[in-house]
Amino acid sequence: MSEAKQPIKSIVTPSRLEYDFTPGIATTRFLRHMEEGRIVGQRCAECTKVYVPARGSCPRCGVATKEEVEVGPNGTVTTFCVVRVPSENIDLTLPYTAAHILLDGADIPFFALIQECDAADVRMGMRVEAVWAAKEEWGPTFENIRYFRPIDEPDVPFDDFKEHL
Amino acid sequence: MRDVAVVSFAQTKNVRRENRRNEVEMLIPVVQEAVEKSGVPKQEIGFYCSGSSDYLAGQSFSFVMAVDCLGAWPPIAESHVEMDGAWALYEAWIKIQCGEADSALIFSFGRSSPGVIRETLVLQLDPYTLAPLGADPVSLAALQARALLESTDHSEREMAEVAARNRSNAKNNPYAQLTGDFDVDELLAEPYFVSPLRKHDCAPISDGATAIVIAADDVARKASKKPAWIRGIDHRIESHQLGLRDLSQSTSTSLAGEKAGAIDIDVAELHAPFSHQELILRDALSLGDDVKINPSGGALAANSVMVAGLTRIGEAANAIWDGTARRALGHATSGPCLQQNLVCVLEGE
Repeated sequence: MSEAKQPIKSIVTPSRLEYDFTPGIATTRFLRHMEEGRIVGQRCAECTKVYVPARGSCPRCGVATKEEVEVGPNGTVTTFCVVRVPSENIDLTLPYTAAHILLDGADIPFFALIQECDAADVRMGMRVEAVWAAKEEWGPTFENIRYFRPIDEPDVPFDDFKEHL
Repeated sequence: MRDVAVVSFAQTKNVRRENRRNEVEMLIPVVQEAVEKSGVPKQEIGFYCSGSSDYLAGQSFSFVMAVDCLGAWPPIAESHVEMDGAWALYEAWIKIQCGEADSALIFSFGRSSPGVIRETLVLQLDPYTLAPLGADPVSLAALQARALLESTDHSEREMAEVAARNRSNAKNNPYAQLTGDFDVDELLAEPYFVSPLRKHDCAPISDGATAIVIAADDVARKASKKPAWIRGIDHRIESHQLGLRDLSQSTSTSLAGEKAGAIDIDVAELHAPFSHQELILRDALSLGDDVKINPSGGALAANSVMVAGLTRIGEAANAIWDGTARRALGHATSGPCLQQNLVCVLEGE
């Protein structure tokens, strides 16, 4: 027994599955509106909350949502973070700001980037607007909105958006 | 033990491809129908449990998104199994037995159409030796069918009879996908698909969803005029290694049936995605000719993966409710070649 065998530390078993994704009726309509440069959510008939992007249901009431409501394009920063660590998937200059933005007319905030603004100047209640990609680049995707930037409007008082944190 | 009953059952129509609605949009009407039919006020439902697989949706945590169909506010007690919904029902039954809830909504959803189900199911196999070979579920079932045909008196004709009877029964089931009258001789004249299986021996590929409400004791009696009481429920699993099992038999089904008290059965709803598997299950449960098998058409008429087992329990409850059966059996299977089996025995008042 001169040579001990090396332990098997790993084996490679390639595996690949492909899927045809179905966004569903509500999200398909959201994406179609995005293609036209509009941000459209859906209102729950029971609790009247407006969801954007809509997925076809009110998660709070468990009922289907149908009524469409155009929201934005301006909104309010409800909370934010300043990212100072690099990530493989994100090609942005550090530090950058990621925020929850409550679009005007919507009841739930969504995640987006804030640019054209020093990270130290971002604050809760700050008013922002969507910056869209060039029209010829629009497709049925959220990526039509490149980021949000500050606008010259007074901050929204905390009490006015505290229900939407 | 607490008396627990199935008090309602709702399902979507099973279709080859649901590519308009997402999972939540499919589930909302089914969950609402099950709650309404149950007679249990929605705010009083004490526990929610679902069965589904992210591998079907191609999306991690797809079951968390499905919670959007429930109206989880105020926050609800919820759980999930990466298994057929029949096992979600088992978990809910345990929860009720432990006294932590008096009623529960169980739901399951499965769309095979986004992917290729014969490839997706390969990933449930041993990742070192079997999955790399691409051993697909039809080929594995064919190995099992061969083992059955060569070691018993069962025949390909019997398998064709099983397929024809299920699809004929399914003509009365508005939720079924593959229905009609088929001539056994004509079926046997068809070419093999994966020998000894022909196309008719295999379940269709389906998209669908099912929801069931169960309730205990007086909650069930108050909510329902005709509760379908769960008299026994048990599940057993065999080795993951196919070579270790006698594929021509289902010992796990026999044991689960014995523990669940599967005797004096009038109607049995068997989850057999391949025709020969119904023969194995009937033998395992000693179901004689006097037992009506799969009035719904079974999995050979509609086989939404992760759903078809829970649907069998719902269809067994239907047999109690429509008076076809005093005692009915719902069976669910999981894994390749009937690896894991659940038996649920229901009884009317």
